[in-house]
Formats: sequence, structure tokens, C-alpha cells
Amino acid sequence: MTLETREPNGQTNGQIITGSVRLVHAAGMHARPAVKLTKLAKKFQAQISIRASNAAEWINAKSVAKVMALRAARDSIIEIKASGEDAEGAVAALVDLVATDFPDTSP
Amino acid sequence: MNKRANIAGSGYRGRTASIGFAHGPFVHIDGAADGARIAGTPKDEATALRAALVSAGRQIAALATAAGGDAAQILEFQVALLDDEDFLDPVFTAIADGASAHAAWAAALDEQIADYNSAADEYLQARSSDLADLRDRVLRTLHGGESEALKIPDGAVICADDLPPSRFLEINWSRGGGLALLHGSPTSHVAMLARARGIPMIVQLRSVSPSAKPHEKPIAKPVAKPSAKTALLDGEGATLELDPTAEEVRLFEQRRDLHQKTRASARAILRRPAASWGGEKIRLMINIQRVEDLEHADAQYADGIGLMRTEFLLGGQMGLPDEETQFQAYDAVLRWAGTRPVTIRTFDAGGDKPVAGFTVAGEANPFLGVRGLRLCLARPEIFAVQLRALARAAVRGNLKVMFPMVTTPDELETGRGLFVDAVGELQGEGVAAVFPEVGIMVEVPAAALTIELFNAPFFSIGSNDLAQYVTACDRTNGALASLIDPLHPAVLDLIRQIAASGKRAGSSVSLCGDMAGDPRCIPALLACGLRELSVNPSALALVKQTIDALSDGGARV
Repeated sequence: MTLETREPNGQTNGQIITGSVRLVHAAGMHARPAVKLTKLAKKFQAQISIRASNAAEWINAKSVAKVMALRAARDSIIEIKASGEDAEGAVAALVDLVATDFPDTSP
Repeated sequence: MNKRANIAGSGYRGRTASIGFAHGPFVHIDGAADGARIAGTPKDEATALRAALVSAGRQIAALATAAGGDAAQILEFQVALLDDEDFLDPVFTAIADGASAHAAWAAALDEQIADYNSAADEYLQARSSDLADLRDRVLRTLHGGESEALKIPDGAVICADDLPPSRFLEINWSRGGGLALLHGSPTSHVAMLARARGIPMIVQLRSVSPSAKPHEKPIAKPVAKPSAKTALLDGEGATLELDPTAEEVRLFEQRRDLHQKTRASARAILRRPAASWGGEKIRLMINIQRVEDLEHADAQYADGIGLMRTEFLLGGQMGLPDEETQFQAYDAVLRWAGTRPVTIRTFDAGGDKPVAGFTVAGEANPFLGVRGLRLCLARPEIFAVQLRALARAAVRGNLKVMFPMVTTPDELETGRGLFVDAVGELQGEGVAAVFPEVGIMVEVPAAALTIELFNAPFFSIGSNDLAQYVTACDRTNGALASLIDPLHPAVLDLIRQIAASGKRAGSSVSLCGDMAGDPRCIPALLACGLRELSVNPSALALVKQTIDALSDGGARV
């Protein structure tokens, strides 16, 4: 599983921070997980995009409509990229949210 | 039970979304408000829509606060959409280009709704009713009226094309009632709410009037008799009867009373000390997938844990679970069980359960590949961590450890050897550790046929895989569902042999596959000589009741 979770890499501003994580949620990226993911993403200033299973298009992680439209199934790999001042924290937080299966006590 | 005979000309049949019975006034609810509205300038329209969005958000927030819990979470999706710039921007662009607020909004939502409806996944399809709810709420607000509270008599049976969650929450269900939808889905948010509140609900109604064959003619528009006065809704048989005759009411009440009695007796039966059949005690254990499964209300009545799967530990993103993480999980379960036995199965990865960094990738036929104990023996460094955690947990209570997917006695002995090493190592480190009972899961036909060669204090029959291998049917292939019958004489014959061999050797034999929870299979399993079954906590009451009924009826085979 270490293969699936890469720690955020890169340090400086302006750089693109990336991460990826396996979606373990039984029902896939459905309404509640999507709401939690976008809510968390909106707490960061960074521009955050995600895509599922190597889809060509990256979508805005702050849009619940777009995140739902990913139709990400269980066990698909969610890739996250972010740029901006708090990009590193954003990627780490989102990876953690997905990896811990969207707990109800999300930060 | 076939209830079709009970349905007369004014009857409808659908799918069960929430079990229960309702007899009350019939109310038919129409769809969205669709009155005329005169559009202003693009600027006015944008302002009007913004105001309507804010107002709709407030209405939904108020509903969520009043409802709380699951309902609030369900409504959060709508609130999030109202705050989604990517979603709203095109709507405002359309308005700037000259569209009216209501047309632009309806078009954007209709596009989304169509998109969700075309999804293959029933869950995603069901989300379209959330979107329709939001569309109609904003449209009603744009049309000038706040959402009008529905005037619905107490205990009514409500019929609609579909019912959005916010509408459901506006209805006062405290005096009972029921819900019958022409469309809708058992996985919709409304269905979840209905189940949580014990409100009977059926969806996807079809006419079963004598002229139309059941399941043939879906009703396109409101039920044939929107003027009906009263209705009977049977959430178990998934039927709706309008303006019932006295005879129909009598039959309905019979079904309702029977349902209530069955439920009550199933619950009461759980509190009795033990199930028995033919004078012999039948031990009823539970299967758990993860520690939280013990929170099921019925779990406490189990005689022990017949199967604790450990694959959930492999699902984390932090790499393979370390010894401490595993120990905590096993220890928690043993603490819960007290003196009752707990059978923990070592990692059963592979087959249809691939685990990155552990299982072998690219096998042509993973069900016949390196899975279960085969994989653990191939990766002794990973297996050793689990064995150490189990040996430490064994100190706490009555632990039994079970190896899955064993083919030959050699594999069992090799695994046991590794276990002995782990215990020795721990004791050398001064860590408290005990060597627990080690047995096997019987699912490979070669092992089942030579069971007397295995030296083990217990055997647990994994009937799902055993049936799959005996019938040569991939159990994930729906096209073979009728062939992979667990009651196939070959499967039953193997179960009988294993039970007899266990009895001779003084080893206990249980069965932990889906068969054990299937009332249709239980008489055969008891007749095969099994005296211990392990089922999901939710099936415990039904299984106990089934065994008691067999005992009372003297239906010994």
C-alpha cells in the first residue's frame, strides 16, 4: 500500500504538489464523501485539482458537482495536485481524508 | 408467501424500500410548481436567482437543523451544490446571455439530473431525486412562494412520482403512515430516511390489475385512482391497495399481525440461552469483518465469534499494518468476547481480494492462485507480524486461529511451525504470548476429501468457496448463479464427510459461509451433522428462529 500513497513532495511556493490515494469507500465517491472532500478543499487557498484513475481531465476539487461527476468507483486511485501557499498541507489533508475513509470527525 | 392472490383490481406492486405496514387516508402529491413567471433584464434575473439560491439554502439549512443526524448529512449535498461556483457559473453565464433565471436554472439542473439518471450505478441514479428536489425548491422560490407546507392528514399513505428528502422531512410522520412512489429507488436518500424512521415505503409501483400481468406494465403517470380515499401499504409484500374492500383489509391486517409477531418472536428468541435441535445444543456464532461489527444490537447474543476476518487491516493507506495495530484489533475483540471463543482467520488476501504490496499481480486465474495461506507462506515476513500479534492477543481470552485456503496437511504444519517460532521469539523477548488453537478453513475440495489427514482441533467450512470450487463456478459471475447451488448434493456430501470425520477425531466443525444464514439451507446443514453455525449478526435472530421452528415441528431429516 505504500505504493499507493506517496507523501506530498516538493517544498517551495509555486511548485505543484501531488499526491495519490486509493479510494476505499465502499460506495465509491458518492454524495457524502464528495461533500466532505470539497468542504475540506475549500479550507485551503491553494488551487486544488483531482482526477480518478488516470482520466485525462483534472477537475476542481472544490466543486461538489465535478467531484460527483468523476464517478470514481471503490478502489480507484485518486490523484491530487495543488499549487499555492498552502498546497502541501492541502494535499496531505485530502490524502488523509480519503485514506481514512472520510471519517465523520473530519478536521 | 405469495401475496399476489390477495391483490384485487385496485392493487399495485413495487419494490420494497422499507418494511412495515400502513393503513390510512390516501394522499396523492403532484410534482413541481410550474407556473408562469415574467423575466426581467439579465441583471434582474441574476439578482433574482442569487436571492432564490440564498433563500433555498436557508430553507434547507432549517430543515437540516430540525431533522439532525443522517437527514442533515443528506441535505448537505444540496447545500454544497448551492455553494459550488463551477456548477453555478454556467447558469449565470446563460442568464447574462439573455436566458431567464428559471429557464437557466432548470436547464442546468435538468442536464445534471439526466446525467445522473443515465448512470449505471443505482446509487448515482438515486441522487437525481436530490437534484430534482433542489431544482424545484429554487423554482418555487423564484415563482414567489416559499415552499408551502404540505397539508397531509395523520397516518396518510402518500403517493407521488418521487419524493425528495426535504419533502419527506416536511411531513409529520409521528402518527405513522407510509410512502408509495411510482419511481424512486430502494437506495435513495428518502428510502434511507424511511428505514431509519420505520416508515413503510415501496418504490417503482406497477399495476397488478387483472388486465395487466404483474411486472409487465409500469404506470407512467399518477396511479389510476388519484381520487381514492384510503389505502393499504404493505412494505413487506411491496403492495399498495386503494379503496380496499373489507376482505382486503382483513387479509392486510392478518399479514401485518403475522409480521409483527414474527419480528417480536425473533427478537425474543435471541434472549433465550441457546438454540437446540433434536435435543442437541446448536452453537450460533457471528462473522465479523471488522471490530465495529460488534456494535450490532444482536451481536451480544452470539455464542462466540466464528469468523473474524482480518483483511480490513490491509485496507489502510499506511502500508501493511504493524504488530501493535493488529494486536489492538484482536485484543479488542477478545475483550468483547470475554470467555466466549473467538476464531480469527489469518489474512485471506488474493483471489477477489487483491492487496497492493502483498498479493501477486497479474495472475491469470487469481481464484486458483497464490491466495490465503499460500500467500502468507510465500511472504513469511508479513505473516510473522500477524502471528506475533495473534500470539500476544491469545493471552487475553479464548482465541482460535484459522488458516484459510489450505490444500495439504504440509501447509498447515508449515504455518504452525512459523507460529511456534513467533511465540518462542516473543517469550524470548519477555513479551507475554501464548500458542492458541490452530485450525483450518475447509474450502479446497482436496482438503475436504482428505480431512482426516489434517491434525487440527477445529475445522470451519467456508461454504462459499467450497461450493465455487466443487461446482467449478466463479461465484462472482452472475450468469452461473443457478449452477453454484450450495445445496448441490456434492457440496452437501462433503459437508457431511467433514462433520463425520471431525466427530470421529474429536475436532469441532462449524460452517461460516452464506449457507449458514440461509433458512432454506439450515435443515440440510443440521442433517449433515453440523452443530455450530456462524452468521452475520443481522441474521442471528432469523437463524435461531429457524432452528427452533425445526425443533418444534419435529422436522428432523
